[in-house]
Amino acid sequence: MIHWNSFSDFLAMGGYGFYVWGSFGVTVLIMTIEPIMVARNRKTTIARLKRQMRAETRAENRNTAE
Amino acid sequence: MKDRFNLYRFASPATFYPLAGALIPYFVAVSIVFGLAGLYLGMLVAPTDFQQGEGYRIIFIHVPASWMSMFIYLIMAFWAAIGLAFNTRLSGMMAQALAPTGALMAFLSLWTGALWGKPMWGAWWVWDARLTSELILLFLYIGYMALTAAIDDARRADKAGGLLLLVGVVNIPIIYFSVKWWNTLHQGSSVNLAKSSMATTMLWGMLLMAMCFWMYSIAVAFMRVRTIMLERERNTDWVKALLAGDEK
Repeated sequence: MIHWNSFSDFLAMGGYGFYVWGSFGVTVLIMTIEPIMVARNRKTTIARLKRQMRAETRAENRNTAE
Repeated sequence: MKDRFNLYRFASPATFYPLAGALIPYFVAVSIVFGLAGLYLGMLVAPTDFQQGEGYRIIFIHVPASWMSMFIYLIMAFWAAIGLAFNTRLSGMMAQALAPTGALMAFLSLWTGALWGKPMWGAWWVWDARLTSELILLFLYIGYMALTAAIDDARRADKAGGLLLLVGVVNIPIIYFSVKWWNTLHQGSSVNLAKSSMATTMLWGMLLMAMCFWMYSIAVAFMRVRTIMLERERNTDWVKALLAGDEK
């Protein structure tokens, strides 16, 4: 069922290797980087929101103590 | 009071947030399964194209990326219309979460198209109706993101961005029908309900890849919308409770 005779045949893509792998390579790159960036952004956002919340509660506590 | 099942409940960020979080792993898993199956059929099993040799295999990402770039835009426009009509909070967040993924899909469509056009037409780029309207789609995504990022108040940003999305939706049928309306270099559609011009394995490979891209887009958009929800709803009790707990 496999269409290719050898791995080098597969890589060569009948002479279109540069175009085919150039397309697939960039797609894989983007689909790997995008989720990583989204996850990283989530982490920093949560850390910032937590910091802000702690600062607000501290300020509130100070106000009630005075 | 009876606790009846109510679909509108999920329009509230407080209920949608955990639901989306629970669904993300499933969308990721299904996307990987569809992707592997599609790559197997498309890259290993599908025969050589009698006109384009092995170069046609770019279709397995070019067509799914192009479909998603148009489809994501339509969904964003749908949310924009809901947001403008009913002033719902979730709609703006959804449009915001989808935009970068849509822009990347439009970019991938153009990138793979250029790498396909060079060996087949002898040019990376031509100012033809299909290519130009897809480029405009990419600019619409970028314009939407720039516009909403430039407005500090989130609700006003949603309104302005929503209007842009609704005006720009006219571009979608132009992209879709461009190969029929104008004489273009771009080939006509390969998938046709009545008679497909593709071999069965090619068609299945492409449809599986499209499903993979679809599930991927949903997973990434859900990930992004959850962060946007925390940010925008930071003064609500449910977000404060989440942040006070150990939400990672």
